[in-house]
Amino acid sequence: MLADNHQAEIERILSKYPPDQKRAAVLPLLYLAQHTYGCITEDAIDEIAALLELDPTQVGGLTGFYTLLHDKQEGKYRIQICTDLPCALRGAEAFAKEVCTNLGIQLGETTDDGLVTVEGVMCLAGCDKAPMFQLQDDEGIHYHENQDVSSTMGLIEELRQRGSDD
Amino acid sequence: MTEYILLRHRDIEGIDQLEVYRKNGGYEAFEQVVKKQTPQQVIDEVKAAGLRGRGGAGFPTGVKWSFLTPDVYPRYVVANADESEPGTFKDREIMEHNPYQFLEGVAICAYAAQANVAYVYCRGEFWDLAHRLETKIEALYEAKLLGKKLFGTDFSLDIYVHLGAGAYICGEETALLESLEGKLGQPRLRPPFPAAEGLFAKPTVVNNVETLTNLPPIITRGADWYRTIGTEKSPGPKVFSLSGHVERPGNYELPLGSTFRELIYEHGGGIRGGRRIKGIMPAGASAPLLAATDEVLDTPMDYESVPAIGSQLGSASIIVMDESVDISWMVYKTSSFFKHESCGKCTPCREGTYWMYHVTKRIQEGNASPEDIELLDSVARGIQGKCLCALGEFALMPVISGIEHFRADFQTHTGDRT
Amino acid sequence: MSDSQVKLTIDGLEITVPKGTLIVDAAKRAGIDIPVFCYHPKMKPVGMCRMCLVDVGTPRIDRSSGEAVRDDSGQVIIDFRPKLETACTTPVSEGMQVRVWSENASAGRKQIVEYLLTSHPLDCPVCDKGGECPLQNLTMKHGPGKSRFLYSEKKHLAKHVQLGELIFLDRERCIQCGRCVRFQEQLVDDPVIAFGDRGRGLEIVTYSNPGFDSYFSGNTTDICPVGALTTADFRFGARPWEMNASASICTHCPVGCNLTLNTRREADAGGREIVKRVMPRQNEMVNDIWICDKGRFAHHFATSPERLTTPLVRAGGELVESDWPTALAKAAEGLKAAGGAVIGLVGSRASNEDLFNFKQLLDGLGGTALLYGSMAGGDYVGQVGVGKDTELAGLGGGDAILVIASDLHEEAPIWWQRVIMAAKHGATLVVANGRPTRLDHYAAHSLRFEYPRAVKTALGLLQAVSKDKGLAPYEGEQELKAAARALVGADNLVVFFGREGLDYAGSDALARACARLLIETKHTGRRNNGLIPVWSGPNTQGAWDLGLRPDPQFANSMQETRAALVIAADPVGDDPVLADSFGNGTFTVVQELFLTPTARLADVVLPARSFAEREGTFTNALRRVQRFYSAIEGMGQARSDWQITAQLGAELGIELEAQSCGRVFARYAAAAPGYEDLDYQNLSETKSQWPPVGGDDLYFGGTAFKNDQGVGVQLAPTSERGSTVDIEWTAPPEVSKTNGMLLVAVDQLYDRATTVKPSEVLEPRLAAAVVRLNPSDAQRLGIVDGSGIEIQHNGRVDTLPALLEGGIPMGTALVGRSQGLAIEYPLDVDVKPAS
Repeated sequence: MLADNHQAEIERILSKYPPDQKRAAVLPLLYLAQHTYGCITEDAIDEIAALLELDPTQVGGLTGFYTLLHDKQEGKYRIQICTDLPCALRGAEAFAKEVCTNLGIQLGETTDDGLVTVEGVMCLAGCDKAPMFQLQDDEGIHYHENQDVSSTMGLIEELRQRGSDD
Repeated sequence: MTEYILLRHRDIEGIDQLEVYRKNGGYEAFEQVVKKQTPQQVIDEVKAAGLRGRGGAGFPTGVKWSFLTPDVYPRYVVANADESEPGTFKDREIMEHNPYQFLEGVAICAYAAQANVAYVYCRGEFWDLAHRLETKIEALYEAKLLGKKLFGTDFSLDIYVHLGAGAYICGEETALLESLEGKLGQPRLRPPFPAAEGLFAKPTVVNNVETLTNLPPIITRGADWYRTIGTEKSPGPKVFSLSGHVERPGNYELPLGSTFRELIYEHGGGIRGGRRIKGIMPAGASAPLLAATDEVLDTPMDYESVPAIGSQLGSASIIVMDESVDISWMVYKTSSFFKHESCGKCTPCREGTYWMYHVTKRIQEGNASPEDIELLDSVARGIQGKCLCALGEFALMPVISGIEHFRADFQTHTGDRT
Repeated sequence: MSDSQVKLTIDGLEITVPKGTLIVDAAKRAGIDIPVFCYHPKMKPVGMCRMCLVDVGTPRIDRSSGEAVRDDSGQVIIDFRPKLETACTTPVSEGMQVRVWSENASAGRKQIVEYLLTSHPLDCPVCDKGGECPLQNLTMKHGPGKSRFLYSEKKHLAKHVQLGELIFLDRERCIQCGRCVRFQEQLVDDPVIAFGDRGRGLEIVTYSNPGFDSYFSGNTTDICPVGALTTADFRFGARPWEMNASASICTHCPVGCNLTLNTRREADAGGREIVKRVMPRQNEMVNDIWICDKGRFAHHFATSPERLTTPLVRAGGELVESDWPTALAKAAEGLKAAGGAVIGLVGSRASNEDLFNFKQLLDGLGGTALLYGSMAGGDYVGQVGVGKDTELAGLGGGDAILVIASDLHEEAPIWWQRVIMAAKHGATLVVANGRPTRLDHYAAHSLRFEYPRAVKTALGLLQAVSKDKGLAPYEGEQELKAAARALVGADNLVVFFGREGLDYAGSDALARACARLLIETKHTGRRNNGLIPVWSGPNTQGAWDLGLRPDPQFANSMQETRAALVIAADPVGDDPVLADSFGNGTFTVVQELFLTPTARLADVVLPARSFAEREGTFTNALRRVQRFYSAIEGMGQARSDWQITAQLGAELGIELEAQSCGRVFARYAAAAPGYEDLDYQNLSETKSQWPPVGGDDLYFGGTAFKNDQGVGVQLAPTSERGSTVDIEWTAPPEVSKTNGMLLVAVDQLYDRATTVKPSEVLEPRLAAAVVRLNPSDAQRLGIVDGSGIEIQHNGRVDTLPALLEGGIPMGTALVGRSQGLAIEYPLDVDVKPAS
């Protein structure tokens, strides 16, 4: 239960908004749920709705609208490569394709061991450092810029090691 | 330009630390306005400076502030840090490396708007940046530059960082407010405008990060000084984000009115590999494509001159394409972008971006006939002037201009060489 | 031109409308149809479908002089806006020119239709909406003949999505107009559906449990402009043009919503015409264009195969089928033999005509005619009920509403909707109950009382507003005094009173206190002021107005009775203890729809017609008399109650009108004070209503039916007709405290009543048969949530599961009526875990 384990964080979040506008806290709480459960579960939706005195529908309807919220768990790590116009002009599409080939998947798929999902996404404001991607996991989002295939494969290997160290 | 006004971190190392920022004049402007000026005086000064919104609309900032409904409180200031336009990465650099000048700008704006609460709405992908910004804000509280009764006056200010969750449309100010309020980020009907009914239905000022970053120098050095930079109708410095097929992509702070040629060739190092330039998208994906003729290259980049040659300056996100680019592919990329980002609220954008995406995709895949080019053009024109917000209107611009200037690129896919 | 009126021209037609009118409404009023999808006249405009695009021009004004600029010939120059505007979001302005049918605007709308149809499926041949589909109609009028969209690019989506058990969604047909979402959010405050995803993927979702959890969900299928939202009850049922439409009135609660019953002959029903669906009929004074889901879906009882279709007579200890002449003769014989020791019980479902003949018959027999009911106050309503032309929808800022001892959301949902809208428009709402209900959220003042002491709260309010110091024993605390101040100062005040937690004497005392409150604060005798009883049936007021009353002690009187006539009531079903009172020694005649427990004990059972099979009138709780009409033939040999009673009368030598319902009504009207000017003619008078619905206007207001059959007549209470009223308050009956718990009955919308159960579609939504307890009480008694508990009273033991709920008052156990536990008035019981 979010309320049991993250009471302080929830209170900190709620304190940012006027007390009669609790609904504004829904996105931060959805992130909290996603990081706790790996994705936005139906239970999380009910729980957040109860905390904010909303109908679950007012919470659940948001997941599909926002690209960074997920209602299913895919890989442990999401490597979201920008393949938008400016990055594509600097080789991002070929980069993405080769990374996927090396992992034995298509763009949008997850590796068999469930470690990594590779996706193409829209502009991440890293256009001068293409190719680049963001790494989304259950703790946040981090940028990795000025990449090439070998640095990326190296990072994925590190992630694999991290997993087996746990 | 010899000194940086906005990207001051390129002149002063460590300016992202509060002590360094203050040692270099930081927070003098905010203290000055709070202790010695009225909100109206600040509004007047910003009006006089002629500062225009740097998020893309170019609307005069001081005038926007003056639309706040009198006698209705509380007010809110929202810094639009949802930077999502393809080819735009200026706000990011400012917030990462010169955060205190930005935050001081937020504070000055809040004072002028008589708001005691400000939110920085950051796109969700800026996760790390947002968390760093929060530590900067904490430092300001510790230094009593934020919080209750600042500088011994009655003015109190709280600044909060609020993360979006991945939606370009939330850069549109009313969609941003909807998202901040915890709803779907879909634009509202205007009127009423945010200055009348904004965040939580209260009068609100929404300003872009770069716009706000201009405020401290305007206050300390004055409107007259500000007007010595740039052009008469487009004064001030601008951070141009240069990307695509140039040698040196990156942010370049230049006076408004600098030409495309200067930016691309003098600063950007020209086209990589010595190739020929073909086309320029001057406002990210959200303006008509410019065929890179000499006339275009010598056009000043400001809010008047670019529309005069048939495009927009917008957020000044200059994407450069060389001769190797198939413009029909570029149009497919922009159409994919807008289809992905359309919020879905209004029919022409929701259906039109979906349709244009499919036609451009078929053209790329070789499954299109010559009449599909006419169809694509017609579908794009069908959207024009009918949408609830600017996204739909922007989506059609690369399509129409792409076909207009580079029809041959489309025809190579449809088997018609006439 | 006055400040409040604006003159403008639409397609050459000059019209004048109030300032602030939207172009789309101005055009409608002038007979010019601007097509809309997302706009609905009862909701705030959103301008998202972009269907209502028009060319708008305004006079050019000289900035310095403020004067209109004229051309050489003196004409005001009109500047047309560079873009088409949405007529639904643009208010009119002086001198505006609107072009609906300019080439530009037509082409614009044609393009919008083409966009809408790109992924809209070609379902028309199999789509429910075909024949009453705004998209179809508007495509014909405004759209292109062919689409340029390639079929292979069409987005394929789920077509039978259940948003809860009652409503189905076809995602392919949805045009994302948002009417359903906005209706739920703005008009009934149940945001249980919303948009999810984005772009072309924008879709309706629900996460409430159960899905689409709202008592008003069916209304979204009326305003959906396509066949995306359909009801589980009706979908694929029939084509609109195949069905007949008859005007009716809902019989489930005292609101009296106007209905249209759509009927069709069905082979499955043995060639009979049956009710296919219930639709709202427009009556802005009663229910707007809405009905609640109970009214919409709980109609199957009228055509249930379980209905009684032949008279039954007891022979050899069994009930056997008989015929009318035999049954009537036998019934008359038994009633006559009672020699005046006859009790008549008539339920609140009976129409005014049924009531009149019933009363006459009992009077003729020298017996006692009783209304079967448990709530008092109808006579005070006759005196200080709401004034003529009262419209709850008109209440707002400056007005006040008191709701006491009633859970409106469960008992009369449409009133609940009107009360919350009034509160949203600024009316001060005071809610008083033993427990929180769905109305407290909107209340400026929420007053809690211990269940037996509801009357004291009312008296406390009265004390606070009156100068009569004799009420001192009932002084309340600050909250009550603040509430009272709000009521005194209101421009208009209506008081809804119910019976939750009260016995009969208690409800009488409550009604008196409320009436006195209205009198003291001078809120009587005019429109939008007065006393409103939350009865449990559609025509309780009609019974009171005729002089019929309940007798809470009638069971005792049954000892001396030798015969009973029971119409539209089931006392034995409500309390099995009464089985001894009927049949056996007491000759019992029952007029009923079903073979109820009371009917099973009867000597003669006469099959009655439901409201759908006959005409008649009901008087709702705002004292509006409304006609309902016959929609289908009587089941089998069933006859209307008024006719059966008249035929009994004929056998007994009591003269009663047996041929014409209208003539019975005329007699009723002559007998009931205040009704003398009413007849079937003036009850069927209609009036022009806004917004226009149905027919050519179904794209505008929805598929609710236009009211061509009568809006009814609202009666003035005696306080409005010049009589002085003097209703004294009475001290509430003393309640002795026991060691046990107080078992209180509450009404729930989806209960297991005889008229609800035959509707299988509602089965998953029926209120759980549980007893609700406060967790503290449960802990004290050793009761676990969900476990079985025993309730003991007077030697009887009932077993039900417990449900723990924080809002239940201490010392109280709450149970729904019609749940299998016989209870009407509060009872002192012993509660313990089931063994």
